[in-house]
Amino acid sequence: MTVLAGLSIWLSVAPEAHADPLFDGGKLILTNGISTIEGASGGGLASWATIAGMETDRGVGVSAHVTGIELADYGWQSHGVSVGIKDRLELSYARQNFDTRKVGAALGLGEGYRFNQDIFAAKVRLVGDTVYGSTLLPQISVGVQHKRSLDGTIVKAVGAKSAEGTDFTASATKLFLSKSVLVNATARLTNANQFGLLGFGGPNQTDRTLQFEGSVAYMLTPRLVVGGEYRTRPSNLAIAREDDAHDLFVAWAFTRNATVTAAYADVGSVATFDGQRGALVSLQFAF
Amino acid sequence: MTLALAFALMAAQPVTPQPQPEPDTAAQQDDFSGVDWEKEFGVEKRQVDPATGELPVDPYVQSPANAGATPFSGAGMAKAFGGQEGIRTIIDRFVDLNTTDPRIEAIFKNQDLVRLRRTLFEQFCYLLDAGCTYTGRDMKTAHKDLGTTRADLNALVENLQRAMRENDVPFAAQNRLLAKLAPMDKDVVER
Repeated sequence: MTVLAGLSIWLSVAPEAHADPLFDGGKLILTNGISTIEGASGGGLASWATIAGMETDRGVGVSAHVTGIELADYGWQSHGVSVGIKDRLELSYARQNFDTRKVGAALGLGEGYRFNQDIFAAKVRLVGDTVYGSTLLPQISVGVQHKRSLDGTIVKAVGAKSAEGTDFTASATKLFLSKSVLVNATARLTNANQFGLLGFGGPNQTDRTLQFEGSVAYMLTPRLVVGGEYRTRPSNLAIAREDDAHDLFVAWAFTRNATVTAAYADVGSVATFDGQRGALVSLQFAF
Repeated sequence: MTLALAFALMAAQPVTPQPQPEPDTAAQQDDFSGVDWEKEFGVEKRQVDPATGELPVDPYVQSPANAGATPFSGAGMAKAFGGQEGIRTIIDRFVDLNTTDPRIEAIFKNQDLVRLRRTLFEQFCYLLDAGCTYTGRDMKTAHKDLGTTRADLNALVENLQRAMRENDVPFAAQNRLLAKLAPMDKDVVER
């Protein structure tokens, strides 16, 4: 009887077994990817199957980034924030600011005219894990990226059908530990012109077409990765050709929560000005 | 000035003694001193084996397959880990890191660390083809009821990486071993 009484007291005051913190921060370093120019997590240029933030499947994570690109004739600045929920769902927002510099005057927009775009994106991990599990089963995610050009009048004047558009992505990402190599492949349905900065659709092609993004990265240490990416793009506008884009990058997680990425990026021809290549620097904080 | 006066007045207030609660006479009558709590809660006492220093575990079928992966072939990986001596140093450091890591040390409380060091050494030595066989339990049984999470496993991986790095195992060789271990996650993560 006394033991039963003792037991009931013990049960009533026993604390809840080890409550998990909301921001558990338990993800392996760099497996949250780095923010792409469209805000979704990935390799910088290509969206990957990764989920942003340092959370695991029992927590919530956040990240923020800022990216600058110096091209031959243009300047790029983008920034954004992401939330990762239980390593399952990623919600992100990014703002792109594309400075036409002297090209702006040549195009009749005025020197230093800036194209701006907002991107709201969501991505869900369907199955698999980048690091764990069978090497035959990559982490697979699908995503949606809703893009809103803030220059509707101008992008329509150059031939775009719409100032707003939505991309759909499907990505597979796997770290092949036996080779220290990470591979990503992404299929994207899009009708964006220059990522959407020049609107969506055009005289050559109105509807979305299937495009491909591939990334290969090699781990030098748990915190240092080098790699390259390739991304095909539609060429919808009649007035200016659009080329595929590629980059070579090095990403360094200099602390558990901060990663700096430097890249050589080449986006080809932009608004009739060819050979747009240059340096990218991106800084990301993730918790 | 007025504030200081207020404080002075407050300090000068006579302290009224709070009435003490009546002693709980019922609790006084309950005398737990003679209770064998381990018997009441059905706790089985396990005796340390004087020869091995290990606690007994439930019977299981011994098989190298319990290691959860096929071993490497050739001397390359064993050499990268410094042979059996190197593996033992790495395992000892790995266990020490885990049992002092605030993120996961609780999991190792009340565990048989003598057995853990031996079976981990055997598993690594076997997988690295360094001249051992594995006599421990399979991964699912060995991790049963530990309640480990993905974050716990990630912390453990970081500690293993650190132990290997401190003992100069080349990073590519570290990853080759991790490639053998990574597919076991479904057996060692419980929640």
